[in-house]
Amino acid sequence: MKVLVPVKRVIDYNVKVRVKADGSGVDLANVKMSMNPFDEIAVEEAIRLKEAGKADEIVVVSIGVKQAQETLRTALAMGADRAILVVAADDVHTDIEPLAVAKILKAVIDAEAPGLVIAGKQAIDNDMNATGQMLAALTGWSQATFASEVGIDGDHAVVTREVDGGLQTIKVKLPAIITADLRLNEPRYASLPNIMKAKKKPLDEKTAADYGVDVTPRLTVVKTSEPPVRQAGIKVGSVDELVAKLKEAGAL
Amino acid sequence: MPSYTAPTKDMQFVLHDVLKASQAQVPGYDELDESFTAAVLEEAGKLASDVLFPLNAVGDTEGCHFENGVVRTPKGFKEAFELVKEGGWTALDCDPEYGGQGLPYLMAIAISEILASSNMAFNMYQGLTHGAYSAIHAHGSDEQKAKYLPNMVSCQWTGTMNLTEPHCGTDLGLMRTKAVPQADGSYKITGQKIFISAGDHDLSENVIHLVLAKIPGGPDGIKGVSLFIVPKFMVNEDGSLGDRNGVSVGKIEEKMGIHGNATCVMNYDEATGYLLGEAHKGMRAMFTMMNEARLGVGLQGYSQAELAYQNALAYAKDRLQGRDVTGVKNPEGPADPLIVHPDIRRNLMDQKSFVEGARAFTLWGAHLIDQAHLNDDKAADGLVSLLTPVIKGFLTDKGFEMAIQAQQIYGGHGYIEEWGMSQYARDARITMIYEGANGVQALDLVGRKLAQDGGKHVMAFFSLVTDFIKETKGRSETFDAQFREPLKAASKDLQAAGMFFMQNGMKNPNAALSGSYDFMHMFGHVCLGLMWAKMAVAAEDALKNGASDAAFYETKLKTGAYYMARQLPATKTHLARIESGADPVMSLDADQF
Repeated sequence: MKVLVPVKRVIDYNVKVRVKADGSGVDLANVKMSMNPFDEIAVEEAIRLKEAGKADEIVVVSIGVKQAQETLRTALAMGADRAILVVAADDVHTDIEPLAVAKILKAVIDAEAPGLVIAGKQAIDNDMNATGQMLAALTGWSQATFASEVGIDGDHAVVTREVDGGLQTIKVKLPAIITADLRLNEPRYASLPNIMKAKKKPLDEKTAADYGVDVTPRLTVVKTSEPPVRQAGIKVGSVDELVAKLKEAGAL
Repeated sequence: MPSYTAPTKDMQFVLHDVLKASQAQVPGYDELDESFTAAVLEEAGKLASDVLFPLNAVGDTEGCHFENGVVRTPKGFKEAFELVKEGGWTALDCDPEYGGQGLPYLMAIAISEILASSNMAFNMYQGLTHGAYSAIHAHGSDEQKAKYLPNMVSCQWTGTMNLTEPHCGTDLGLMRTKAVPQADGSYKITGQKIFISAGDHDLSENVIHLVLAKIPGGPDGIKGVSLFIVPKFMVNEDGSLGDRNGVSVGKIEEKMGIHGNATCVMNYDEATGYLLGEAHKGMRAMFTMMNEARLGVGLQGYSQAELAYQNALAYAKDRLQGRDVTGVKNPEGPADPLIVHPDIRRNLMDQKSFVEGARAFTLWGAHLIDQAHLNDDKAADGLVSLLTPVIKGFLTDKGFEMAIQAQQIYGGHGYIEEWGMSQYARDARITMIYEGANGVQALDLVGRKLAQDGGKHVMAFFSLVTDFIKETKGRSETFDAQFREPLKAASKDLQAAGMFFMQNGMKNPNAALSGSYDFMHMFGHVCLGLMWAKMAVAAEDALKNGASDAAFYETKLKTGAYYMARQLPATKTHLARIESGADPVMSLDADQF
């Protein structure tokens, strides 16, 4: 079975994010970028399936700027077999919206015919949490989102999902779209020999136009702003005063 | 909470913009394209930040324990060592024939900085093994190589270097450990060795000791010293481990720093040893890896300064104290951050300009070692032997000084263990002492390296600087004023000092040796000045070519200008001291002290 894993190049989780002066977004110029952590978990899960003999090829796909090939190389160094880069933007500040991403992925799926897609549940930059679901709708495949455990059982996948009330285990028919949650696994560190091997693994470059997908944004960013700075607190002398202050603040 | 992030961007700048590694005509360098080195550095950085750095403080507070003859490393070291091994990081520049990755030494040094900054004590287990690997690789028989190297490349077995004895440190001719020849060609080694880093521990299944000892009846003094392989567990013909050899740990030392590394007293009691290389040529065998080992220690020195700087910088931006004298910068807060104050800036600029210069200098040294080894380039070999005591002595003195300066930014908190700064200063301190104390480095530089091969190498260094000054003439007015002229002046000072030694050193060696330490520092400043001028050229070129990251290159130019203006003039003081000769230093009788 072939497994397809979409990976996104996002601002590194350690970087202190700064909003651009004009409020149009966050500053990404010369900021450290890395693979979206949920996607890293998805890649790891695909590799584990391969190691367990449940998958035989792992294809990673990234959609965005040319620099995303570094992200793909990271996935190849972890253990993916080959990569497809879909160049869909020139400017690092251009974010491709989930629907456009899902359409491109649908086109990649048509060409590659994987038996399973494992994606991160969301990207940590915009936190949309939409691509996997949209892709399931476009392909008509079953979906199992927020996975914390994945098993393959013949032509089905058994997936434990993290839901509000606890854990839910479902069985979905393959091919399917699975989205990875934080506790699915702990991604490995790429080894030096594998980084060296990754250099020689195939990386195909495509464009959004090759797949006939229009990536023009449909959403408008109204404003981006820093979270409000926490104000200094005050000490209250008694419970009565606390209650009075809370009422004053409209909290009670 | 202290933290560490690998300075991969700055390393990439040195590798590609300054050294232009992938275009250099050195075997294996064509592999070093930007995306590949970025991937390697990033992955090592991840391991360093996530796994090794959190264990740095653990190693410091917990230390190593010696109970019932067994040495135990701090909690978490074993698991981390496994991760480093599995990642193949121990084998980076080792020979592929023995399971290494065969990458250039240049890359190994870049990665070493990351590993040493994140956890110096931990990284030494692997570092010492690499040293022992190099010695066996260079001098071992085919059989010895096949027997020991594969497991040392993977760090399944670790290595040590045994030189020092209780009564002999720098002066190894006084050595007493003896090696008695046996009928089967092996030797029985008896004696005591002290200060053996990574001497014993629970990270590997075997420890391969390299031991200097004297074969009875051989020449006196240093000329009668031979090098031996002494395994902790005997290695059977089939490669499996046999009986315990007659080597044991006497105790582990309580030290000022690097608590996570077990510094052992090793007792050899008729232990079986195998001659490595020729009899009585042990020192020569040791010297073939001296350049690498000393460069590695110079690296440790600035690696601690880098770690201290990263944290001091974060603290200076975060801690609110006092107001900017030229106007409030943080009107919403009760005070401005420390970084607004000029003296804090001075301190941070000292650190930043040192560390970045030191990194370029060390990577250039590693590049010269690659040229010497892989291209058999004699000129590169001569140059790097000349520069080695400078890299070791200057970068560790300054590395410690900068760690102390970083600690100063924290005020009282710098003295409190919780903030980490105390550990970085304590860990940095050893680098000035071991692998040849810095006074001995200065002696090596002035007493041996300057005159080596008729002074050819120091002349080559001077022409390298002069040529650079010629080539860069008329580049730009700012380059001329900020980089070229200061470098020219400092290089002139260095030549004047060399001249003073030539004129006075022969008739009065004390006149040269009284100034040797100053000369080493002066040389260090000129090297860092040269590095900064080269980095400025690279940064100017990048800006001219419309580099996307203009801010990075502009910062480089400003940082370099600081070094040239504020640090390089130190050559004047050093020259004045050197030219004052031996009298001020030697005029007191020993009794008058």
